[in-house]
Amino acid sequence: MNRRENLKLLFTGTVGTGLLLTGCSPEEQALPENALLAGGTIGGRTEEEKQRDQALLSETFFTDDERKKLSTLVDIIMPKDSESPAATEIGVVDFMEFMMKDQPGNQTRMRGGLMWLDFEADEKFGKAFNELSESEVIQIVDEVAWPDTAKPEYEGGVRWFNMLRNLTCSGYFSTEPGWKYMGYVGNTPNAWDGVPQEVMAKHGFQLEEKYLSIYLKPEDRGTIIQWDDEGNVTG
Amino acid sequence: MSFQIKSSGDTYDVIIVGSGAGGGMASKILSEAGLSVAVIEAGGDFDPAKEEDRTQLRPPWESPRRGAGTQIRPFGDFDAAIGGWEIDGEPYTRKGDSEFDWFRSRMVGGRTNHWGRISLRFGPNDFKRASIDGLGDDWPIGYDDVKPYYDKVDKLIGVYGSKEGIYNEPDGFFLPPPKPRLHELYLKKGASSASIPMIPSRLSILTRPINKDRGACFFCRQCNRACQVYADFSAGTCLVHPAMKQGKVDLFTHSMVRKVTTDDSGKATGVSFVNIKDMKEYKLKSSVVVLGASACETSRIMLNSKSKTHPNGIGNSSGVLGHYLHDSTGASRSGIIPDMMGRERYNEDGTGGMHMYTPWWLDNKKLDFARGYHIEYGGGMGQPGYGAGGNMDSMRKYITDEFGKPSPNGGYGEGLKKDIRQIYGSTVGMSGRGESVPRFDNYCEIDPTVVDKFGIPVLRFNYKWTDQEINQAKHMQDTFEEILTGSGAQLLGTKPGADTLYGLAAPGRIIHEVGTARMGNDPKTSVLNSNSQAHDCKNLFVVDAGSFVSQADKNPTWTILALSWRTSDYIVSELKKKNI
Repeated sequence: MNRRENLKLLFTGTVGTGLLLTGCSPEEQALPENALLAGGTIGGRTEEEKQRDQALLSETFFTDDERKKLSTLVDIIMPKDSESPAATEIGVVDFMEFMMKDQPGNQTRMRGGLMWLDFEADEKFGKAFNELSESEVIQIVDEVAWPDTAKPEYEGGVRWFNMLRNLTCSGYFSTEPGWKYMGYVGNTPNAWDGVPQEVMAKHGFQLEEKYLSIYLKPEDRGTIIQWDDEGNVTG
Repeated sequence: MSFQIKSSGDTYDVIIVGSGAGGGMASKILSEAGLSVAVIEAGGDFDPAKEEDRTQLRPPWESPRRGAGTQIRPFGDFDAAIGGWEIDGEPYTRKGDSEFDWFRSRMVGGRTNHWGRISLRFGPNDFKRASIDGLGDDWPIGYDDVKPYYDKVDKLIGVYGSKEGIYNEPDGFFLPPPKPRLHELYLKKGASSASIPMIPSRLSILTRPINKDRGACFFCRQCNRACQVYADFSAGTCLVHPAMKQGKVDLFTHSMVRKVTTDDSGKATGVSFVNIKDMKEYKLKSSVVVLGASACETSRIMLNSKSKTHPNGIGNSSGVLGHYLHDSTGASRSGIIPDMMGRERYNEDGTGGMHMYTPWWLDNKKLDFARGYHIEYGGGMGQPGYGAGGNMDSMRKYITDEFGKPSPNGGYGEGLKKDIRQIYGSTVGMSGRGESVPRFDNYCEIDPTVVDKFGIPVLRFNYKWTDQEINQAKHMQDTFEEILTGSGAQLLGTKPGADTLYGLAAPGRIIHEVGTARMGNDPKTSVLNSNSQAHDCKNLFVVDAGSFVSQADKNPTWTILALSWRTSDYIVSELKKKNI
């Protein structure tokens, strides 16, 4: 091995990485394997990202009391129906737990909203939120769930509930059952050959005549393209 | 840790700093000519075909944040580009109330791992703007100088599109364009009603194979995640790695260049850099140094390369290094098309970008701003991930029942769930990307008081938009409303007004920054000559967008690639002639 190869290996090869890892900053050091928590992002992660996901997964943000409030609320926002499960059945609260740590700027607002629920429950019913009946809970939710008609004194609560609704929907529709309910059928390898004919007809569209001859034909996808000198496709 | 400088005894023919579009192309062309090449890259290696690097085709539930952006992947947890707007330990600053945001990717392929693959040639007018409107300067070269290289780039890398015969939107060697999606047909209807052209887009995505090394697109709409069959262009997969396979190319990753080293005569002798892994200094020697670190990073390296012969930084006897920094303008608007609500479900992913776009179509002589813009379109039944079903607090009212009664905003429950399903795939958006006028007064410089974690002085940005750009953004907003309304869309949000500069994005946000080491015939007003060779240092070249005299109303990448090829040919010829 000449010097250049040696130097190159130092920078790019696994040999080099092993050597270089001694005595450098903490983020370069691999975690001991038994400490790995399940649930970090899969694929293409830098060491820094792996470490960060692991750190976030090992922390706890919501108290049991807060999780109980959230479980009640997310199932009101996205309940079980004949076609799809309830939010708590597909991990929406766990998703929120992670997002609070991933985007800590939302923590105070979220926690403040959850605390306000107890204030409001006490004002209205003399109980803690988690002790309310279903209909009592709905009475509080209805104060903050309708931005256009909410009373001015609930403005802050409305903003908090908007965030809660957005997070619930994110956590709900980014799952396999969420895709199924939405009817998303993409992300399976295929050959795009335009909008299905019956859909074109229903929406009153036709492809522009002048492009018909140049649009991709699925049967050509396996053949290496050839052009003439003017850039016309010849094969 | 003891401080020591390590030198390799070997001398390369060429050291290339950066492995993005410019550096990647140079590595391929120079190594194919038989030269020994070292590529110095600040980030790590990356190959989307390797399972450990793959983010493509991963569903959102393989991310605990369901694909939401993070600091190092602001465009989403599965986006291929690693770096972002703020990198820990690598700051940049802004002077006064200047705004400038700087997006960097620290990895092989650089920012070609992020971009939208929009691959437009500059047209004849784009090289001669000063002659047309009297603002800024002409390039020292014209379209005819670059055309042969655009042709070669088309054939080497691949771009789909349609031959249109528009003078300032030159045609090339196109792969077949994909048919439009439904929302693009609606938007086309709107554009036509406003007499605005909308034609097949030009993206460097292989709808058909161009060689045996890269596969054809299988329509997953995820080019931003980097393609495991290499059906999209990125500099790592299409240029650097093939060059390493075939030629004498050594790749130095995790290597942050501090400066270009020089001898007593001022000639470049190589580079000095920090290995990020062991935090030690290294030196490499070469006959030629090629900078392709990105317009701003390249000017930073040059400004930091001070010596007795180059007291203001290498190549900066003119004092214009870092100046004439300019980014594309950008503004956006969205709408919702009731006719597309509750529509039929089918696989509508398509390619990883728009299938149709609008090239600039007007004559600026009749307008109150100097330069044009193109329009990019978005919409469709994209993959639900982080953000899905969002904003129902303001958007639910656009959904009406069978009697025409609108749903109330906000809410909860089965009704909300149904409405989210109803509205899915019915929103559309568009963005203008325009040309700004380059100005001496917009620049980056070395901040005299701040260094990064490697001890390298950092950039400070000074940048202000002028009425040219603001009026252009105003025009964009009027155009967007016209197209949306003509498409049958209801406009979302309020129209951005003068208080927000009509929604004009802050400089840097469009990630098209160029011009910091511009080329020109006069060494007093330019850094590089027409071959992107430093006026002051004959064996120093720039192959990124630093060399641009003006950014067109196009995306810069295709021109970076063409100019880098052209400069690489020049380097080979000059070396043969023993001129450098």
